[in-house]
Amino acid sequence: MRYAMAIDTKKCVGCSDCVVACQTENNVPHGYCRDWIVETVDGTYPNLDLEFRSERCNHCDNAPCVRCCPTGASHFAEGGIVLVTHNECIGCGACIQSCPYDARYPHPEGYVDKCTFCIHRVQKGQNPACVDVCPTKCLHFGDLDDPNSDVSLALKDRKWKVLAPEAGTKPQLYFLT
Amino acid sequence: MKEELFVSGRNIPNIDPYLNIWHWQIPLYLFLGGLAAGILFFAGFFVVRGKEKRMPATVKWAPIIAPFLLIIGLGALFWDLKHKLYFWQLYTTIRLTSPMGWGAWTLMIITPISIIWVASYMKEIFPRWDWKFKILNQLEAFVIKYRVPLAWIMMIYSVILGVYTGILLSAFNARPLWNTSILGPLFLVSGFSTGLATIIWISNDAKERKILSRIDLVFIVVELFLIIHLFMGFLAGSEVSIEAARLFLGGPFTVSFWVFVVVLGLIFPAVLETLELWGFHVPKWLPPVLILFGGLMFRFVMVEAGQITRYLY
Repeated sequence: MRYAMAIDTKKCVGCSDCVVACQTENNVPHGYCRDWIVETVDGTYPNLDLEFRSERCNHCDNAPCVRCCPTGASHFAEGGIVLVTHNECIGCGACIQSCPYDARYPHPEGYVDKCTFCIHRVQKGQNPACVDVCPTKCLHFGDLDDPNSDVSLALKDRKWKVLAPEAGTKPQLYFLT
Repeated sequence: MKEELFVSGRNIPNIDPYLNIWHWQIPLYLFLGGLAAGILFFAGFFVVRGKEKRMPATVKWAPIIAPFLLIIGLGALFWDLKHKLYFWQLYTTIRLTSPMGWGAWTLMIITPISIIWVASYMKEIFPRWDWKFKILNQLEAFVIKYRVPLAWIMMIYSVILGVYTGILLSAFNARPLWNTSILGPLFLVSGFSTGLATIIWISNDAKERKILSRIDLVFIVVELFLIIHLFMGFLAGSEVSIEAARLFLGGPFTVSFWVFVVVLGLIFPAVLETLELWGFHVPKWLPPVLILFGGLMFRFVMVEAGQITRYLY
């Protein structure tokens, strides 16, 4: 079982509903966010290219944050989801230094926090909050090992890319281009 | 032209616009750890070589400050933790993939060893010292009898301490400035050089200082060599590495690195030490102070600049 997410960059309009939904669902402290929107403009007028990406923790297969955690607080849960056990985290910040996607943040309570793919919802068979709330339905989540899951079908016929593949992290967030 | 913006208004404290998670506590600890590693390594080295009597400051006097350096360093590390009450979790597990875990355990081993080392010389430092308990006298006799094996263990662990500070940074592949394997040896050599400088400063024996100055000059030359190769590696690497190098070659860290670390911290003290060896009179404290300053500045610059470098955005 390998959970992953596909973001259709042709459909994302940058409305940031996913950001607000995540903050509401996960009680993210004010001023912090677990996911965010990046707008990329390429080229010179009039040959411009615009792309919106809804980004979050990539729950990498070769996660550097899990590798460098000195206490094992940062670990792989079911389906390859990367989680932090709050009362094992000492707040050293090594995982924050090791994430090429800047997905982690220091929670005011002391431990390090990030997107959890809403594992509490996924365990009940639901989708992460950001996926359910997206008005253009551009976020696809599911089990990559299941060929009929939402994410597998989305990846089947479309070209996709990942962010910073050269970092060697094997990220599981696929951006459909 | 490529422009990337956070449209959703992301401005997480200490993460945006530039990563700034590690503050002064980390470079201070890296400096103190390297310094203690240098002092302890040479203390063990000259005992193993049988030159205990000829190098009193190296073997006996300088190691006195090593436990204090390590404890202050550990205090700085503890102060930096954001979830302090759970610090003990570090010692409930051994994680071989985490250099920070290696460091926690290495410090756990080398701090007591350094205290035992100093304790075994207490009777030579204070002739009327009395342990008062029979068990402590027995332990002291045991340590003095097995000083050479203890010296070997201390040498090995001080090398691990010195080199892991660099490996720790180089293991964070998301920070292109740090992600080079030269950093481990570079921090080791820098730490040993600062240790030697401190021993030279403390020592009153001209012969001892001459021997140590010669070794220190070799270490400084090696350090300069490694720094040049560090930058050659960056400039021959990927775009993120080239951008990391640009911070030091015309960017905001140019002056603080090349003037304070390289010229004031390495080249100028090397020249002064050479002049001293040739017989010119040089103030005894000047080369060591410059080398220590250079070592401290080096770590401050590397930790701050490294957090600015990144793969994305």
